[in-house]
Amino acid sequence: MAKFNVNGTMVEVAVPDDTPLLWAIREQIGLTGTKYGCGVAQCGACTVHIDGVATRSCSLPVSAVTPEMKIVTIEGLSPDGRHPLQQAWIKHEVPQCGFCQSGMLMAAAALLQSNPKPTEADIASEMTNICRCGTYNKVKAAILDVAGSGAMGRG
Amino acid sequence: MTLASPETGLNPSRRSLLAGSAAAAGAFSFGFSIPFAGEAAAQGTTSEVNAWVVIHPDDTVVIRIARSEMGQGTLTGLAQLVAEELNCDWAKVTTEYPTPGQNLARNRVWGNFSTGGSRGIRESHDYVRKGGAAARMMLVEAAAGEWKVPVAECSAEKGVITHKSSGRSLRYGQVAAAAAKLEPPKDVALKDPKDWTIAGKPLARLDTADKTNGKKIYGMDLKMPGMLNAAIKDCPVFGGKVKSFDAAAIRTMPGVKHVLPVGDSAVAVVADFWWQAKTALDALPIVWDEGEHAKVSSEGIAAWLKEGLDAPEAVVGNQNGDAKGAIASAARKIEAVYSYPFQNHATMETMNATARYTPERCEVWTPTQNGEAALAAASEASGLPLAKCEAYKIDLGGGFGRRGAVHDWVRQVVLIAKQVPGTPIKLIWSREEDMTHGRYHPVTQCKLTGALDKDGNLAGLHMRISGQSIVAGIFPQNIQNGRDPVVFQGLNASGPEASIGYTIPNLLIDHAMRNPHVPPGFWRGVNLNQNAIYLECFMDELAHAAGKDPLEFRRALMKNHPKHLAVLNAAAEKAEWGKPLPEGVHRGICQTMGFGSYVAAVAEVSVSAEGKLKIHRIVAATDCGHAVNPAQIERQVEGSFVYGLSAALHGECTVKDGRIVETNFDSYNVLRMDEMPPVETVIVASGGFWGGVGEPTIAVAAPAVLNAIFAATGKRVRSLPLKNADLRKA
Repeated sequence: MAKFNVNGTMVEVAVPDDTPLLWAIREQIGLTGTKYGCGVAQCGACTVHIDGVATRSCSLPVSAVTPEMKIVTIEGLSPDGRHPLQQAWIKHEVPQCGFCQSGMLMAAAALLQSNPKPTEADIASEMTNICRCGTYNKVKAAILDVAGSGAMGRG
Repeated sequence: MTLASPETGLNPSRRSLLAGSAAAAGAFSFGFSIPFAGEAAAQGTTSEVNAWVVIHPDDTVVIRIARSEMGQGTLTGLAQLVAEELNCDWAKVTTEYPTPGQNLARNRVWGNFSTGGSRGIRESHDYVRKGGAAARMMLVEAAAGEWKVPVAECSAEKGVITHKSSGRSLRYGQVAAAAAKLEPPKDVALKDPKDWTIAGKPLARLDTADKTNGKKIYGMDLKMPGMLNAAIKDCPVFGGKVKSFDAAAIRTMPGVKHVLPVGDSAVAVVADFWWQAKTALDALPIVWDEGEHAKVSSEGIAAWLKEGLDAPEAVVGNQNGDAKGAIASAARKIEAVYSYPFQNHATMETMNATARYTPERCEVWTPTQNGEAALAAASEASGLPLAKCEAYKIDLGGGFGRRGAVHDWVRQVVLIAKQVPGTPIKLIWSREEDMTHGRYHPVTQCKLTGALDKDGNLAGLHMRISGQSIVAGIFPQNIQNGRDPVVFQGLNASGPEASIGYTIPNLLIDHAMRNPHVPPGFWRGVNLNQNAIYLECFMDELAHAAGKDPLEFRRALMKNHPKHLAVLNAAAEKAEWGKPLPEGVHRGICQTMGFGSYVAAVAEVSVSAEGKLKIHRIVAATDCGHAVNPAQIERQVEGSFVYGLSAALHGECTVKDGRIVETNFDSYNVLRMDEMPPVETVIVASGGFWGGVGEPTIAVAAPAVLNAIFAATGKRVRSLPLKNADLRKA
């Protein structure tokens, strides 16, 4: 039995220790906003925050997660879907198919948390998530918009 | 989210689906939340004015969309076209998908569901607009009837019908029920596009918000009461079979419910949860009969295709004059051989579907580019007639052609569900399964031989394509006299779909078909991608050999192709072709036509002393005729460079021992943000025709960059992808 703090709620899941956190989140906890894309920490579709750090949950066994750690998924990024990045994503119409965007948003939110004023080069080197539709330039524009607005600092 | 059993006994008549019927709303539920379905049932007064337009009493307009949404924005574009003619309030527009079963039951009132070939809008603009216009006419007629005034005295704007002289007005929601009872008009006139106020505008997509908060449900996310999850392994060698598997070895693993054969080539494990199924499947001892292709390699395939470059037998695709004669008597003969590898679609969401089978009915929920093909696959695999099957479309986590013509995963899930009757089964492919069981961008090579006269003009060209035919692999019945027309995409003598942009006095383009066992598929851009590389890079080679500017060399051959020339000029102008660039930065240019649209691009690149490529800027021009939503076109063009440059820089599936070597994104890399150049899009909407936008631009991504690399380094890269090339200056 593993015990987690997900989006501020303590949950218990009965899974073997080597189950990836991603699948515990998706299947046991039932939060499907976090996506499976590769299973080998390459694409970033499964990105969640663990104590504020962007983490690829497909390759992290539940045994590595303690009850003290604060896990945040896309569903918990903001209470009302109005995190500055979520608003910027809508304003810039970032998503195409949208499948990678939960991971993109979580990676971007962690980036701005640690570096509120990233340069374009910072964004390009930090945002390594894969999008096959081709939203990279819109992702970058939305992040720069939020960074420039200072909205993250006020939060 | 609840599992609502979709309506089964659909009456084919329009009237039976009319207003007020809770069934009408429920019928469009695909088993989970559908906008307004619940409200409609509660209100009980929803009106289907016609197949395309449903109006609620609160004036909400539900526009039915037959094509699939996979990120390309077609959902919004089609809704704009209907709303434009309907004269409704765009702020009150929502959408829903009719099901393939309903389409069949209603004599295919919604037409073709297939969403490929960049056809979503360009093939249905006429009838969807007529649907909107007819609905508007019926709504106006209903209002006029209520007022007992001539229809001609009434007009409709933003969902409100007005009788000017008496100052009366009615909202669409107030007359929809009456309108629905009227006979549809016979003659329906459409607006002149210059008068558009909703279509043609860069409106925001209708489907963005839920893609930012985790609420959007993809096929992979489906949940149903009692559902079990399946993981599958198909024989790693295409054409191989399962010899045996030891189910007892994993039967007691956590959650495992069933270990099942799927056809003669695959095994599935069904468990409570997918991760349990996958874990057990990975532990399952399977003995494969790898079949006759178990020794095939990329090298062997390449050698076979190379032989085709000079083979005496080939099928002619385009011919004028005497190319071979012109080449034989040329002042200068230029020759080059290009090659293009297998590539995987690599949609972000792997193949998946959920199925529930009973002897009376088979239902499938799946992301698909062609709901009707998914329905047909369900019927075939279940053995039940179409009328006893249904397919519910779910928005796709990427399609790119993988989820269109072939529904192998639907067949699989139905074959599994059939062995567990009554239980919903969700099948998800692992990324490894997805990478190694694709329908691959076909492998081809091309030998180009050009004849230059003494003044450096192109006197003749022979283009010999050798390699795989998608049509032979998927629709062999469509091969006529050995000819696959798709192989010649972008190289046709004429036609509105994909014609060559040059007039060459002596021309021969032919194809020596060589079909390896690796299954081919329609891959975003299809054969245009390879053909544009071959022709446009070789044009660059010819221009260089002739000592001419690549743009001027092309222009001289394009006088009879004004639309091709116009986009080429538009790209060149925007990129300031010919003007100096910063030290070390060089340009490449190209153009092509496909999917009904004309496209051109200029790339600016530099190559470091270590051979590292940097793409500084892309300028892309597109003439798609009518531009239904410029903002979405811009996104498609930009996205096309991600897809096209991923292919050009990284995309390669190699074959060893009959199977695909690359199993995940670590070995099959794609473009990421650090390699993404800025893209400037020029939309040349010349009007008068309807071209596609999802695919054509992909084809100019690679040749623009390859030609710029030559300008920067003097190196011609003729074998894709670029990751295999040494770009250090010679």
